[in-house]
Amino acid sequence: MTNKFKLRNVNLWYNDFQALHDVSMDIEANAITAFIGPSGCGKSTLIKSLNRMNDLVEGCKITGELLLDGEDIYGDIDINLLRKRVGMVFQKPNPFPMSIYDNIAFGPKTHGIKSKYKLDDIVEKALNDAAIWDEVKDRLKKSALSLSGGQQQRLCIARALSVSPDVLLMDEPTSALDPISTSKIEDLITELKQQYTVVIVTHNMQQAARISDSTAFFLLGEMVEFGDSEQVFSMPKDIRCEDYITGRFG
Amino acid sequence: MNLKPISAKAPPLTIKAINTTSYKDRLLGYIKHPLSGLLFLIVTVAALVTFAVLLFIIGYILIRGVPHLNLSLFEFQYNTTNVSMMPAIINTLIMVVLALLISGPLGIFSAIYLVEYAGSANRLVKIVRMTAETLSGIPSIVYGLFGMLFFVVTIGWGYSMLAGALTLSIMILPLVMRTTEEALISVPISYREGSYALGAGKLRTVFRIVLPGAIPGILAGIILATGRVMGETAALLFTAGSVAQVPDSVLGSGRTLAVHMYVLANEGLHVNQASATGVVLLVLVLLINWLSAAVAKKIVK
Repeated sequence: MTNKFKLRNVNLWYNDFQALHDVSMDIEANAITAFIGPSGCGKSTLIKSLNRMNDLVEGCKITGELLLDGEDIYGDIDINLLRKRVGMVFQKPNPFPMSIYDNIAFGPKTHGIKSKYKLDDIVEKALNDAAIWDEVKDRLKKSALSLSGGQQQRLCIARALSVSPDVLLMDEPTSALDPISTSKIEDLITELKQQYTVVIVTHNMQQAARISDSTAFFLLGEMVEFGDSEQVFSMPKDIRCEDYITGRFG
Repeated sequence: MNLKPISAKAPPLTIKAINTTSYKDRLLGYIKHPLSGLLFLIVTVAALVTFAVLLFIIGYILIRGVPHLNLSLFEFQYNTTNVSMMPAIINTLIMVVLALLISGPLGIFSAIYLVEYAGSANRLVKIVRMTAETLSGIPSIVYGLFGMLFFVVTIGWGYSMLAGALTLSIMILPLVMRTTEEALISVPISYREGSYALGAGKLRTVFRIVLPGAIPGILAGIILATGRVMGETAALLFTAGSVAQVPDSVLGSGRTLAVHMYVLANEGLHVNQASATGVVLLVLVLLINWLSAAVAKKIVK
Protein backbone atom coordinates (compact mmCIF):
# COMPACT_ATOMS: atom_id res chain seq x y z
CA MET A 1 0.00 0.00 0.00
CA THR A 2 1.29 3.37 -1.02
CA ASN A 3 0.58 6.73 0.49
CA LYS A 4 -0.79 9.54 -1.65
CA PHE A 5 -0.57 12.34 0.89
CA LYS A 6 1.84 12.69 3.75
CA LEU A 7 0.96 15.37 6.31
CA ARG A 8 3.31 16.34 9.12
CA ASN A 9 2.54 18.80 11.92
CA VAL A 10 0.05 20.82 9.94
CA ASN A 11 -1.13 23.93 11.77
CA LEU A 12 -3.57 26.37 10.23
CA TRP A 13 -4.82 29.78 11.31
CA TYR A 14 -7.63 31.95 10.06
CA ASN A 15 -6.26 35.30 11.22
CA ASP A 16 -5.96 34.74 15.00
CA PHE A 17 -8.07 31.62 15.18
CA GLN A 18 -6.17 28.36 15.04
CA ALA A 19 -8.32 25.90 13.07
CA LEU A 20 -5.89 22.97 12.90
CA HIS A 21 -3.46 21.77 15.59
CA ASP A 22 -0.49 19.63 14.64
CA VAL A 23 -2.23 17.27 12.27
CA SER A 24 -0.05 14.42 10.99
CA MET A 25 -1.41 11.64 8.85
CA ASP A 26 -0.82 9.50 5.78
CA ILE A 27 -3.58 9.13 3.23
CA GLU A 28 -3.54 5.90 1.33
CA ALA A 29 -3.69 5.79 -2.46
CA ASN A 30 -6.65 4.12 -4.19
CA ALA A 31 -8.65 4.05 -1.00
CA ILE A 32 -11.42 6.08 0.54
CA THR A 33 -10.47 8.14 3.55
CA ALA A 34 -13.27 9.77 5.51
CA PHE A 35 -12.96 12.83 7.75
CA ILE A 36 -15.64 12.98 10.42
CA GLY A 37 -16.31 15.24 13.36
CA PRO A 38 -18.70 17.93 14.58
CA SER A 39 -19.15 21.19 12.68
CA GLY A 40 -16.23 23.56 12.96
CA CYS A 41 -13.74 20.83 13.86
CA GLY A 42 -11.44 21.62 10.94
CA LYS A 43 -12.17 18.69 8.62
CA SER A 44 -13.27 20.89 5.70
CA THR A 45 -10.35 23.20 6.37
CA LEU A 46 -7.93 20.30 6.14
CA ILE A 47 -9.40 18.93 2.91
CA LYS A 48 -9.17 22.38 1.34
CA SER A 49 -5.49 22.55 2.25
CA LEU A 50 -4.84 19.51 0.09
CA ASN A 51 -5.55 21.39 -3.17
CA ARG A 52 -4.75 24.84 -1.82
CA MET A 53 -8.30 26.13 -2.04
CA ASN A 54 -7.50 27.81 1.28
CA ASP A 55 -5.29 30.19 -0.67
CA LEU A 56 -8.50 31.97 -1.66
CA VAL A 57 -9.34 32.66 1.97
CA GLU A 58 -7.90 35.94 3.23
CA GLY A 59 -5.89 35.70 6.42
CA CYS A 60 -5.26 31.94 6.17
CA LYS A 61 -1.81 30.86 7.37
CA ILE A 62 -0.45 27.30 7.21
CA THR A 63 2.68 25.75 8.73
CA GLY A 64 3.99 22.20 8.61
CA GLU A 65 4.57 19.81 5.76
CA LEU A 66 2.06 18.56 3.18
CA LEU A 67 3.35 16.19 0.51
CA LEU A 68 1.57 14.77 -2.51
CA ASP A 69 3.51 11.78 -3.91
CA GLY A 70 6.51 13.13 -2.05
CA GLU A 71 6.19 16.57 -3.62
CA ASP A 72 5.69 19.62 -1.40
CA ILE A 73 2.19 21.00 -2.08
CA TYR A 74 3.22 24.39 -0.76
CA GLY A 75 6.64 24.34 -2.37
CA ASP A 76 7.69 25.18 -5.89
CA ILE A 77 4.64 23.82 -7.65
CA ASP A 78 2.25 25.03 -10.35
CA ILE A 79 -0.90 25.61 -8.37
CA ASN A 80 -3.18 25.07 -11.40
CA LEU A 81 -1.53 21.74 -12.15
CA LEU A 82 -1.87 20.76 -8.49
CA ARG A 83 -5.61 21.43 -8.67
CA LYS A 84 -5.79 19.44 -11.89
CA ARG A 85 -4.22 16.49 -10.05
CA VAL A 86 -6.33 16.97 -6.94
CA GLY A 87 -9.94 17.48 -8.01
CA MET A 88 -12.67 18.68 -5.73
CA VAL A 89 -16.41 18.27 -5.34
CA PHE A 90 -18.20 20.78 -3.13
CA GLN A 91 -20.93 20.55 -0.56
CA LYS A 92 -23.54 22.25 -2.70
CA PRO A 93 -23.65 21.24 -6.37
CA ASN A 94 -22.12 24.16 -8.28
CA PRO A 95 -22.51 23.55 -12.01
CA PHE A 96 -21.58 26.54 -14.16
CA PRO A 97 -24.53 28.34 -15.80
CA MET A 98 -23.81 26.80 -19.20
CA SER A 99 -24.71 23.62 -21.04
CA ILE A 100 -24.03 20.16 -19.63
CA TYR A 101 -21.44 19.58 -22.35
CA ASP A 102 -19.67 22.90 -21.73
CA ASN A 103 -19.57 22.21 -17.99
CA ILE A 104 -17.52 19.08 -18.58
CA ALA A 105 -15.46 20.48 -21.47
CA PHE A 106 -14.41 23.54 -19.43
CA GLY A 107 -11.71 21.65 -17.50
CA PRO A 108 -10.00 19.88 -20.42
CA LYS A 109 -10.13 23.11 -22.45
CA THR A 110 -8.44 24.88 -19.55
CA HIS A 111 -5.57 22.45 -19.86
CA GLY A 112 -5.15 22.93 -23.57
CA ILE A 113 -7.30 20.27 -25.23
CA LYS A 114 -8.91 21.81 -28.30
CA SER A 115 -9.86 18.99 -30.63
CA LYS A 116 -13.63 18.61 -30.76
CA TYR A 117 -13.22 14.88 -31.24
CA LYS A 118 -11.09 14.49 -28.11
CA LEU A 119 -13.43 16.71 -26.09
CA ASP A 120 -16.46 14.64 -27.13
CA ASP A 121 -14.61 11.56 -25.93
CA ILE A 122 -13.65 13.09 -22.60
CA VAL A 123 -17.18 14.37 -21.97
CA GLU A 124 -18.71 10.97 -22.63
CA LYS A 125 -16.15 9.15 -20.50
CA ALA A 126 -16.44 11.56 -17.57
CA LEU A 127 -20.24 11.43 -17.61
CA ASN A 128 -20.09 7.65 -17.85
CA ASP A 129 -17.67 7.41 -14.94
CA ALA A 130 -19.99 9.60 -12.88
CA ALA A 131 -22.94 7.34 -13.76
CA ILE A 132 -25.00 10.08 -15.31
CA TRP A 133 -24.37 9.56 -19.05
CA ASP A 134 -27.60 7.67 -19.68
CA GLU A 135 -29.66 10.39 -18.06
CA VAL A 136 -28.14 13.31 -19.96
CA LYS A 137 -26.83 11.95 -23.25
CA ASP A 138 -29.83 13.27 -25.16
CA ARG A 139 -29.65 16.77 -23.75
CA LEU A 140 -25.99 17.67 -23.59
CA LYS A 141 -26.74 21.11 -25.02
CA LYS A 142 -29.31 21.90 -22.34
CA SER A 143 -28.41 24.09 -19.38
CA ALA A 144 -26.85 22.22 -16.48
CA LEU A 145 -29.09 24.18 -14.14
CA SER A 146 -32.11 22.29 -15.47
CA LEU A 147 -30.90 19.08 -13.79
CA SER A 148 -32.10 17.92 -10.39
CA GLY A 149 -29.87 18.40 -7.34
CA GLY A 150 -28.60 14.82 -7.38
CA GLN A 151 -27.89 14.96 -11.09
CA GLN A 152 -26.12 18.29 -10.67
CA GLN A 153 -23.85 16.79 -8.04
CA ARG A 154 -22.99 13.82 -10.27
CA LEU A 155 -22.35 16.32 -13.06
CA CYS A 156 -19.94 18.12 -10.74
CA ILE A 157 -18.21 14.80 -10.03
CA ALA A 158 -17.98 14.21 -13.79
CA ARG A 159 -16.57 17.72 -14.18
CA ALA A 160 -13.92 16.96 -11.57
CA LEU A 161 -13.07 13.68 -13.36
CA SER A 162 -12.82 15.40 -16.76
CA VAL A 163 -9.29 16.62 -16.11
CA SER A 164 -8.20 13.08 -15.09
CA PRO A 165 -7.05 13.81 -11.55
CA ASP A 166 -5.27 11.37 -9.21
CA VAL A 167 -7.22 12.44 -6.18
CA LEU A 168 -10.82 13.41 -5.60
CA LEU A 169 -11.61 15.55 -2.59
CA MET A 170 -15.26 15.59 -1.59
CA ASP A 171 -16.54 18.09 0.92
CA GLU A 172 -19.84 16.68 2.22
CA PRO A 173 -20.94 15.81 -1.31
CA THR A 174 -24.31 14.36 -0.30
CA SER A 175 -25.40 16.70 2.47
CA ALA A 176 -27.74 18.62 0.18
CA LEU A 177 -29.24 15.54 -1.49
CA ASP A 178 -32.14 13.18 -0.95
CA PRO A 179 -31.55 9.52 0.08
CA ILE A 180 -31.90 8.12 -3.45
CA SER A 181 -29.34 10.50 -4.92
CA THR A 182 -27.13 9.92 -1.89
CA SER A 183 -27.07 6.17 -2.39
CA LYS A 184 -26.27 6.66 -6.09
CA ILE A 185 -23.33 8.87 -5.24
CA GLU A 186 -22.12 6.47 -2.54
CA ASP A 187 -22.11 3.61 -5.06
CA LEU A 188 -20.25 5.86 -7.42
CA ILE A 189 -17.59 6.76 -4.86
CA THR A 190 -16.98 3.09 -4.12
CA GLU A 191 -16.50 2.53 -7.86
CA LEU A 192 -14.16 5.47 -8.18
CA LYS A 193 -11.59 4.19 -5.72
CA GLN A 194 -10.35 1.70 -8.30
CA GLN A 195 -8.82 4.60 -10.20
CA TYR A 196 -8.69 7.47 -7.78
CA THR A 197 -7.71 8.30 -4.25
CA VAL A 198 -10.80 9.64 -2.53
CA VAL A 199 -10.92 11.87 0.54
CA ILE A 200 -14.40 12.60 1.79
CA VAL A 201 -15.70 14.87 4.51
CA THR A 202 -19.03 13.74 5.87
CA HIS A 203 -21.42 14.40 8.71
CA ASN A 204 -23.13 11.13 8.09
CA MET A 205 -21.62 8.47 10.33
CA GLN A 206 -23.30 5.58 8.53
CA GLN A 207 -21.98 6.89 5.25
CA ALA A 208 -18.41 6.97 6.55
CA ALA A 209 -18.78 3.45 7.95
CA ARG A 210 -20.35 2.16 4.71
CA ILE A 211 -17.92 3.45 2.16
CA SER A 212 -14.59 4.41 3.70
CA ASP A 213 -11.46 2.34 4.23
CA SER A 214 -9.93 4.64 6.82
CA THR A 215 -11.53 7.23 9.03
CA ALA A 216 -10.10 10.24 10.80
CA PHE A 217 -12.03 11.82 13.66
CA PHE A 218 -11.48 15.52 14.32
CA LEU A 219 -12.41 17.61 17.31
CA LEU A 220 -11.66 21.32 17.77
CA GLY A 221 -8.96 21.30 15.12
CA GLU A 222 -7.20 18.25 16.48
CA MET A 223 -7.07 14.83 14.87
CA VAL A 224 -8.24 12.66 17.76
CA GLU A 225 -8.27 9.28 16.10
CA PHE A 226 -7.23 7.87 12.73
CA GLY A 227 -7.35 4.28 11.64
CA ASP A 228 -9.12 1.52 9.80
CA SER A 229 -12.79 2.44 9.48
CA GLU A 230 -13.84 -0.93 10.81
CA GLN A 231 -11.78 -0.45 13.92
CA VAL A 232 -12.73 3.22 14.40
CA PHE A 233 -16.42 2.45 14.22
CA SER A 234 -16.46 -0.82 16.17
CA MET A 235 -13.92 -0.18 18.91
CA PRO A 236 -12.64 3.39 18.93
CA LYS A 237 -9.61 3.90 21.13
CA ASP A 238 -10.45 7.40 22.23
CA ILE A 239 -13.42 7.98 24.51
CA ARG A 240 -14.31 11.27 22.73
CA CYS A 241 -14.45 9.46 19.42
CA GLU A 242 -16.63 6.76 20.90
CA ASP A 243 -18.97 9.36 22.38
CA TYR A 244 -19.28 11.09 19.05
CA ILE A 245 -19.86 7.94 17.02
CA THR A 246 -22.48 6.63 19.40
CA GLY A 247 -24.19 10.01 19.40
CA ARG A 248 -23.58 10.95 23.00
CA PHE A 249 -22.49 14.46 22.06
CA GLY A 250 -22.40 16.73 19.05
CA MET B 1 -34.97 3.93 -9.96
CA ASN B 2 -36.76 6.17 -12.39
CA LEU B 3 -39.10 8.79 -11.06
CA LYS B 4 -41.55 10.01 -13.67
CA PRO B 5 -43.03 13.46 -13.24
CA ILE B 6 -46.77 13.60 -12.83
CA SER B 7 -48.25 14.45 -16.22
CA ALA B 8 -49.00 18.13 -16.59
CA LYS B 9 -52.65 18.33 -17.52
CA ALA B 10 -54.69 21.48 -17.03
CA PRO B 11 -57.65 21.02 -14.69
CA PRO B 12 -61.05 21.17 -16.39
CA LEU B 13 -62.61 24.63 -16.54
CA THR B 14 -65.77 23.54 -14.78
CA ILE B 15 -64.14 22.94 -11.42
CA LYS B 16 -64.64 25.39 -8.59
CA ALA B 17 -61.30 25.74 -6.82
CA ILE B 18 -61.64 26.10 -3.06
CA ASN B 19 -58.38 28.02 -2.63
CA THR B 20 -59.24 31.11 -4.66
CA THR B 21 -60.72 34.31 -3.30
CA SER B 22 -62.78 36.64 -5.43
CA TYR B 23 -61.63 40.23 -5.74
CA LYS B 24 -64.74 41.39 -3.92
CA ASP B 25 -64.12 39.04 -0.98
CA ARG B 26 -60.58 40.29 -0.74
CA LEU B 27 -61.70 43.92 -0.57
CA LEU B 28 -64.35 43.05 2.01
CA GLY B 29 -61.68 41.27 4.01
CA TYR B 30 -59.90 44.58 4.54
CA ILE B 31 -62.84 45.81 6.65
CA LYS B 32 -61.70 43.44 9.36
CA HIS B 33 -58.11 44.60 9.02
CA PRO B 34 -58.26 48.36 8.43
CA LEU B 35 -54.48 48.81 8.67
CA SER B 36 -53.87 46.26 5.92
CA GLY B 37 -56.59 48.02 3.94
CA LEU B 38 -54.82 51.34 4.39
CA LEU B 39 -51.51 49.91 3.21
CA PHE B 40 -53.25 48.34 0.22
CA LEU B 41 -54.74 51.73 -0.62
CA ILE B 42 -51.40 53.57 -0.29
CA VAL B 43 -49.43 51.16 -2.47
CA THR B 44 -52.15 51.02 -5.10
CA VAL B 45 -52.43 54.80 -5.29
CA ALA B 46 -48.64 55.19 -5.42
CA ALA B 47 -48.42 52.74 -8.31
CA LEU B 48 -51.26 54.43 -10.16
CA VAL B 49 -49.81 57.95 -9.69
CA THR B 50 -46.40 56.82 -10.96
CA PHE B 51 -47.96 55.19 -13.96
CA ALA B 52 -50.18 58.21 -14.64
CA VAL B 53 -47.28 60.69 -14.50
CA LEU B 54 -45.28 58.58 -16.95
CA LEU B 55 -48.28 58.23 -19.23
CA PHE B 56 -48.98 61.97 -19.05
CA ILE B 57 -45.42 62.94 -19.97
CA ILE B 58 -45.23 60.53 -22.88
CA GLY B 59 -48.69 61.53 -24.06
CA TYR B 60 -47.87 65.23 -23.78
CA ILE B 61 -44.68 64.87 -25.80
CA LEU B 62 -46.43 62.79 -28.46
CA ILE B 63 -49.44 65.12 -28.77
CA ARG B 64 -47.28 68.20 -28.94
CA GLY B 65 -44.63 66.70 -31.18
CA VAL B 66 -46.16 64.22 -33.61
CA PRO B 67 -48.23 66.76 -35.62
CA HIS B 68 -45.06 68.72 -36.35
CA LEU B 69 -43.04 65.78 -37.60
CA ASN B 70 -42.41 66.14 -41.33
CA LEU B 71 -39.85 65.04 -43.85
CA SER B 72 -38.05 68.36 -44.00
CA LEU B 73 -37.04 67.82 -40.38
CA PHE B 74 -34.99 64.83 -41.54
CA GLU B 75 -33.10 66.43 -44.40
CA PHE B 76 -29.44 65.73 -44.30
CA GLN B 77 -28.34 69.36 -44.29
CA TYR B 78 -29.50 71.72 -41.58
CA ASN B 79 -30.55 75.25 -42.47
CA THR B 80 -32.68 77.85 -40.75
CA THR B 81 -35.77 77.08 -42.82
CA ASN B 82 -35.92 73.30 -42.38
CA VAL B 83 -34.29 73.21 -38.90
CA SER B 84 -33.41 69.59 -39.69
CA MET B 85 -32.51 67.33 -36.79
CA MET B 86 -30.72 64.77 -38.93
CA PRO B 87 -27.20 66.03 -38.07
CA ALA B 88 -28.20 66.01 -34.40
CA ILE B 89 -29.39 62.40 -34.62
CA ILE B 90 -26.10 61.35 -36.19
CA ASN B 91 -24.14 63.38 -33.63
CA THR B 92 -26.09 61.75 -30.81
CA LEU B 93 -25.16 58.29 -32.06
CA ILE B 94 -21.52 59.31 -32.48
CA MET B 95 -21.52 60.77 -28.97
CA VAL B 96 -23.02 57.61 -27.46
CA VAL B 97 -20.51 55.37 -29.22
CA LEU B 98 -17.52 57.56 -28.31
CA ALA B 99 -18.51 57.96 -24.67
CA LEU B 100 -19.20 54.23 -24.26
CA LEU B 101 -15.98 53.27 -26.05
CA ILE B 102 -14.02 55.31 -23.52
CA SER B 103 -15.90 54.70 -20.29
CA GLY B 104 -17.10 51.14 -21.00
CA PRO B 105 -13.74 49.32 -20.95
CA LEU B 106 -12.39 51.64 -18.26
CA GLY B 107 -15.38 51.17 -15.97
CA ILE B 108 -15.67 47.42 -16.55
CA PHE B 109 -11.97 46.76 -16.03
CA SER B 110 -11.76 48.87 -12.91
CA ALA B 111 -14.78 47.01 -11.52
CA ILE B 112 -13.03 43.70 -12.27
CA TYR B 113 -10.00 44.99 -10.39
CA LEU B 114 -12.09 46.00 -7.40
CA VAL B 115 -14.04 42.75 -7.16
CA GLU B 116 -11.64 40.09 -8.41
CA TYR B 117 -8.15 41.36 -7.74
CA ALA B 118 -8.09 43.73 -4.79
CA GLY B 119 -8.59 42.13 -1.40
CA SER B 120 -11.58 43.23 0.63
CA ALA B 121 -9.29 44.91 3.16
CA ASN B 122 -7.58 46.94 0.42
CA ARG B 123 -7.60 50.67 1.23
CA LEU B 124 -7.54 51.61 -2.44
CA VAL B 125 -10.87 49.84 -2.98
CA LYS B 126 -12.55 51.97 -0.36
CA ILE B 127 -11.05 55.15 -1.78
CA VAL B 128 -12.05 54.29 -5.36
CA ARG B 129 -15.57 53.40 -4.24
CA MET B 130 -15.94 56.63 -2.29
CA THR B 131 -14.62 58.66 -5.20
CA ALA B 132 -17.06 56.99 -7.56
CA GLU B 133 -19.97 57.71 -5.27
CA THR B 134 -18.93 61.35 -4.92
CA LEU B 135 -18.51 61.70 -8.68
CA SER B 136 -21.97 60.34 -9.37
CA GLY B 137 -23.48 62.99 -7.10
CA ILE B 138 -21.96 65.96 -8.91
CA PRO B 139 -24.37 67.97 -11.11
CA SER B 140 -23.64 67.69 -14.82
CA ILE B 141 -23.09 71.42 -15.23
CA VAL B 142 -20.00 71.06 -13.04
CA TYR B 143 -18.68 68.37 -15.35
CA GLY B 144 -19.39 70.73 -18.24
CA LEU B 145 -17.42 73.49 -16.60
CA PHE B 146 -14.50 71.15 -15.89
CA GLY B 147 -14.62 69.82 -19.46
CA MET B 148 -14.57 73.33 -20.85
CA LEU B 149 -11.66 74.46 -18.69
CA PHE B 150 -9.62 71.30 -19.21
CA PHE B 151 -10.35 69.80 -22.63
CA VAL B 152 -11.57 72.87 -24.48
CA VAL B 153 -9.25 75.54 -23.10
CA THR B 154 -6.19 73.94 -21.47
CA ILE B 155 -5.66 71.16 -23.98
CA GLY B 156 -6.97 73.43 -26.69
CA TRP B 157 -9.34 71.14 -28.55
CA GLY B 158 -11.94 73.88 -28.71
CA TYR B 159 -15.63 72.99 -28.75
CA SER B 160 -15.44 69.47 -30.09
CA MET B 161 -17.16 66.07 -30.08
CA LEU B 162 -14.03 64.62 -28.46
CA ALA B 163 -14.09 67.10 -25.58
CA GLY B 164 -17.80 66.39 -25.14
CA ALA B 165 -17.34 62.61 -25.27
CA LEU B 166 -14.49 62.67 -22.75
CA THR B 167 -16.49 64.87 -20.39
CA LEU B 168 -19.49 62.56 -20.63
CA SER B 169 -17.19 59.55 -20.18
CA ILE B 170 -16.01 60.90 -16.87
CA MET B 171 -19.61 61.60 -15.95
CA ILE B 172 -20.89 58.08 -16.67
CA LEU B 173 -17.76 56.24 -15.50
CA PRO B 174 -18.99 55.83 -11.89
CA LEU B 175 -22.32 54.52 -13.17
CA VAL B 176 -20.70 51.90 -15.41
CA MET B 177 -18.21 50.95 -12.72
CA ARG B 178 -20.70 50.59 -9.89
CA THR B 179 -23.25 48.58 -11.87
CA THR B 180 -20.51 46.28 -13.18
CA GLU B 181 -19.20 45.88 -9.65
CA GLU B 182 -22.63 44.90 -8.35
CA ALA B 183 -23.08 42.49 -11.26
CA LEU B 184 -19.73 40.82 -10.56
CA ILE B 185 -20.44 40.55 -6.85
CA SER B 186 -23.77 38.88 -7.57
CA VAL B 187 -22.03 36.00 -9.40
CA PRO B 188 -21.91 33.21 -6.77
CA ILE B 189 -18.53 32.47 -5.17
CA SER B 190 -19.20 28.78 -5.82
CA TYR B 191 -18.75 29.33 -9.59
CA ARG B 192 -15.30 30.76 -8.98
CA GLU B 193 -14.44 27.90 -6.58
CA GLY B 194 -15.57 25.35 -9.15
CA SER B 195 -13.39 26.94 -11.78
CA TYR B 196 -10.29 27.25 -9.60
CA ALA B 197 -10.73 23.68 -8.38
CA LEU B 198 -10.42 22.50 -12.00
CA GLY B 199 -7.05 24.21 -12.27
CA ALA B 200 -8.27 27.25 -14.16
CA GLY B 201 -6.29 30.39 -13.44
CA LYS B 202 -7.60 33.80 -12.55
CA LEU B 203 -7.74 35.08 -16.13
CA ARG B 204 -9.80 32.14 -17.37
CA THR B 205 -12.04 32.15 -14.33
CA VAL B 206 -12.80 35.86 -14.68
CA PHE B 207 -13.37 35.87 -18.44
CA ARG B 208 -15.05 32.49 -18.93
CA ILE B 209 -17.06 32.07 -15.73
CA VAL B 210 -17.56 35.35 -13.91
CA LEU B 211 -18.01 37.87 -16.75
CA PRO B 212 -20.59 35.85 -18.72
CA GLY B 213 -22.65 35.54 -15.55
CA ALA B 214 -22.42 39.28 -14.99
CA ILE B 215 -23.35 40.39 -18.51
CA PRO B 216 -27.04 41.16 -17.87
CA GLY B 217 -26.09 43.45 -14.98
CA ILE B 218 -23.29 45.11 -16.92
CA LEU B 219 -25.60 45.76 -19.87
CA ALA B 220 -28.19 47.29 -17.58
CA GLY B 221 -25.50 49.75 -16.50
CA ILE B 222 -24.55 50.46 -20.12
CA ILE B 223 -28.20 51.14 -20.96
CA LEU B 224 -28.49 53.59 -18.08
CA ALA B 225 -25.28 55.26 -19.21
CA THR B 226 -26.57 55.49 -22.79
CA GLY B 227 -29.69 57.17 -21.50
CA ARG B 228 -27.66 59.74 -19.61
CA VAL B 229 -25.50 60.51 -22.65
CA MET B 230 -28.54 60.94 -24.89
CA GLY B 231 -30.31 63.18 -22.44
CA GLU B 232 -27.34 65.35 -21.46
CA THR B 233 -27.34 69.04 -22.38
CA ALA B 234 -25.57 71.10 -19.73
CA ALA B 235 -22.26 69.28 -19.91
CA LEU B 236 -22.30 69.29 -23.72
CA LEU B 237 -23.15 72.95 -24.29
CA PHE B 238 -19.81 73.91 -22.76
CA THR B 239 -17.72 71.20 -24.38
CA ALA B 240 -19.14 69.98 -27.68
CA GLY B 241 -20.80 73.26 -28.55
CA SER B 242 -23.94 73.61 -30.60
CA VAL B 243 -23.02 73.63 -34.29
CA ALA B 244 -25.93 72.05 -36.14
CA GLN B 245 -23.85 70.00 -38.55
CA VAL B 246 -22.13 66.64 -38.49
CA PRO B 247 -18.48 67.61 -37.91
CA ASP B 248 -15.74 66.43 -40.27
CA SER B 249 -13.73 64.94 -37.42
CA VAL B 250 -14.05 64.31 -33.70
CA LEU B 251 -12.33 67.62 -33.18
CA GLY B 252 -15.25 69.49 -34.74
CA SER B 253 -18.18 70.89 -32.81
CA GLY B 254 -21.61 69.30 -33.08
CA ARG B 255 -24.91 69.28 -31.21
CA THR B 256 -26.73 66.18 -30.05
CA LEU B 257 -30.52 65.81 -30.10
CA ALA B 258 -30.96 66.97 -26.53
CA VAL B 259 -28.82 70.06 -27.16
CA HIS B 260 -30.67 70.65 -30.44
CA MET B 261 -33.95 70.54 -28.58
CA TYR B 262 -32.65 72.89 -25.93
CA VAL B 263 -31.38 75.40 -28.49
CA LEU B 264 -34.62 75.34 -30.50
CA ALA B 265 -36.75 75.84 -27.41
CA ASN B 266 -34.38 78.47 -26.05
CA GLU B 267 -34.42 80.56 -29.20
CA GLY B 268 -38.20 80.50 -28.99
CA LEU B 269 -38.65 80.48 -32.77
CA HIS B 270 -39.09 76.75 -33.30
CA VAL B 271 -40.88 75.46 -30.22
CA ASN B 272 -42.98 73.07 -32.30
CA GLN B 273 -39.89 71.59 -33.92
CA ALA B 274 -38.41 71.19 -30.44
CA SER B 275 -41.44 69.10 -29.50
CA ALA B 276 -40.98 67.00 -32.61
CA THR B 277 -37.33 66.51 -31.64
CA GLY B 278 -38.55 65.33 -28.25
CA VAL B 279 -40.59 62.61 -29.93
CA VAL B 280 -37.58 61.42 -31.92
CA LEU B 281 -35.38 61.44 -28.80
CA LEU B 282 -37.98 59.41 -26.95
CA VAL B 283 -38.25 56.87 -29.75
CA LEU B 284 -34.47 56.65 -30.05
CA VAL B 285 -34.04 55.94 -26.33
CA LEU B 286 -36.77 53.28 -26.41
CA LEU B 287 -35.19 51.75 -29.49
CA ILE B 288 -31.77 51.53 -27.89
CA ASN B 289 -33.20 50.03 -24.69
CA TRP B 290 -35.05 47.43 -26.68
CA LEU B 291 -32.01 46.66 -28.80
CA SER B 292 -29.71 46.21 -25.80
CA ALA B 293 -32.24 43.96 -24.11
CA ALA B 294 -32.40 41.84 -27.25
CA VAL B 295 -28.61 41.69 -27.48
CA ALA B 296 -28.36 40.75 -23.79
CA LYS B 297 -30.85 37.94 -24.30
CA LYS B 298 -28.85 36.64 -27.24
CA ILE B 299 -25.52 36.73 -25.37
CA VAL B 300 -26.87 35.09 -22.23
CA LYS B 301 -28.40 32.31 -24.29
